[in-house]
Amino acid sequence: MKLRVCHLYPEHLNIYADRGNMAVLTHRCEWRGISCRIDGCGPGDPLPHADLYYLGGGQDRDQRLIAPDLLLRAGDLAAAVAGGAAVLGVCGGYQLLGHVYRGHQGDEMPGIGLVDLETTAGPTRMIGNVVLRCELEPGRRRTLVGFENHAGRTSLGAGLSPLGQVVHGHGNNGDDGGEGVRDGRVVGTYVHGPLLPKNPWLADWLIQTALEHRKGHVELEPLDDTLEREAQRVAEALAAR
Amino acid sequence: MLFTAKLAAARATATAARLSRAGGGTTLPGKLLLRMEPDAIGRLARRLASTTVISATNGKTTTAKMAAAVLEADGRRLCRNAGGANLTSGVASALLAAGRGEEGLFEVDEAALPAVVDALAPGHLVLGNLFRDQLDRYGELELIGDRWRSMVSAPGFGATVIHNVDDPLVASIGSAAPAAITFGLEDDGAARTSMQHAADSKWCPRCGTRLVYEAVYLGHLGRWRCPACALERPRPEVRAAAVRADGLEATEFRLELPRGDVDVRLPIPGLYNVYNALAAAAACVAHGVPPAVIGGGLEQFSAAFGRFERITLSGRPAVLLLVKNPAGTNEVIRTLAADDRPKTLLLALNDRIADGRDVSWIWDVDFEELVEQVDSVVATGTRAAEMALRLKYAGVSPARIAVEPQLGHALDALGGEDDAPAYLLATYTAMLDLRRLLEERGLVRPYWEAA
Repeated sequence: MKLRVCHLYPEHLNIYADRGNMAVLTHRCEWRGISCRIDGCGPGDPLPHADLYYLGGGQDRDQRLIAPDLLLRAGDLAAAVAGGAAVLGVCGGYQLLGHVYRGHQGDEMPGIGLVDLETTAGPTRMIGNVVLRCELEPGRRRTLVGFENHAGRTSLGAGLSPLGQVVHGHGNNGDDGGEGVRDGRVVGTYVHGPLLPKNPWLADWLIQTALEHRKGHVELEPLDDTLEREAQRVAEALAAR
Repeated sequence: MLFTAKLAAARATATAARLSRAGGGTTLPGKLLLRMEPDAIGRLARRLASTTVISATNGKTTTAKMAAAVLEADGRRLCRNAGGANLTSGVASALLAAGRGEEGLFEVDEAALPAVVDALAPGHLVLGNLFRDQLDRYGELELIGDRWRSMVSAPGFGATVIHNVDDPLVASIGSAAPAAITFGLEDDGAARTSMQHAADSKWCPRCGTRLVYEAVYLGHLGRWRCPACALERPRPEVRAAAVRADGLEATEFRLELPRGDVDVRLPIPGLYNVYNALAAAAACVAHGVPPAVIGGGLEQFSAAFGRFERITLSGRPAVLLLVKNPAGTNEVIRTLAADDRPKTLLLALNDRIADGRDVSWIWDVDFEELVEQVDSVVATGTRAAEMALRLKYAGVSPARIAVEPQLGHALDALGGEDDAPAYLLATYTAMLDLRRLLEERGLVRPYWEAA
């Protein structure tokens, strides 16, 4: 079995240690005998066929640099998702999944509109530890921990569910108690730290969802997550302080 | 209240802080003084014979200590914020203790720099490097760069800017200054074959095109040029060539100065310390210090607190290494990896405000480069488990990793052979805690005396 991951703009969108997310996907596949191939895709490169597309966060300037290139790929990415691929967007990458990002000066940066959401820059940055309660499948409640640092206030379109409910932190906009988005196989979130090491359940959910794209039902072998659980427990306790 | 009375009140706070062992009195007196007299820094600085300010993401404290070693060897008396308190309050506290005729030498936090430069009006300003650092505290690198650029191009700005042309962003900021002295490395032997993951500023500061590097020395520092707009690194006036590491003991290089070359044996490892030495040497060139005195001063230098500081821990050699951000930590790791003996490590990760609340940065550090050499690791600090997790994903077997959040327990849990050195890497507040513990055990001096 093989997981194909496409890391979009790894040279530009990597500000919050996005590499950690790639390391977690790679190792958690390899520890189970699943091979994992990560292809970078920079501006102008052909879009690789993948089971999972990853879009991280960058400095404002870098995000502006890649945004026009990303727009050209909106159709291909939508087609990939319709064909069963999964997508994970973090921070700036999350915002770019939506329709638009409105900056402080009223400037607008269009996103790819893959998910029905939009973002407007607020007067302050929302910074700090985050704890979420998630329920991606009915009855399977999970805790998600990490760190957020964003000026954008994101609102989801009617009928869309957030990735989780905020227990500690600000979330999408500091108002409605939701954080991130989960729309079928597409997940977006402001949570970094990076996201996946301390939330191995989400890493495994993404691996499984992405693999099922071509393989039908997949069962992932459980791994020894003692350190992962301890890091999550500590992060949750520190966020509550 | 008269200015002199305010000074006396603030000085009394410093004495009280030391007597109560609350700390070295390195920030509180200045804070108090600035509350009573907002213009105190400017008024006190005018009494100094000269003022030099040093800023950078990495290497401020070491550069200041190296420059101090040289300037003192040249017979000057210095006023310094040697305890590492590098915000306005730390500078004000140092100025409180200044005597007539002394020369000011201050390291200043990169975010606080524009305000401090405005108050101090230094004659010399050393800009070392800009790396990605605590994003939750400083914001993005580009923002700091923009503030520095506005500072040096402001009307009234009168300092000679001594700057590192190997850093594209710093080079472009320095070129906007009215007067400048440049420094950089000139040694292909020290170059890396590829850029590290954590490299920042790899885009042209003028036109945004990806830069081309003839040589990458450290992070994004190297011999760069822009293929589109032809902006390129100028040849520096102060250079280090023929760099050779003598294990983890010392680094030898030829220091090329406008008034002649001098061979230097720097008693500390790491290419990043060659950059610190270059910054210090260039600052001393600006002060008219002769080459032989600069070389001699650098050889006399001893490591600043927690910067490759050697101690003996229950009879075994140990080295204290402060780590703060990916670029600095990568250089520490690269330096340690050059000595391929098995290593015992203690990694202390805190997430207090001074460390950065966001610990993401450890995932941008190339711990992978040390994996083959790791004999055993103790992870400690408020985020001990997170540190352990990082090492697990770097490829260290969890069986070799102990998680001991309490520093004291972590020290006791250090494994390995008694004659093999232990390397203690700690973030800022973890290093302060570690030093306090080691002081209690009689192994190091308090930080405000050691600096």
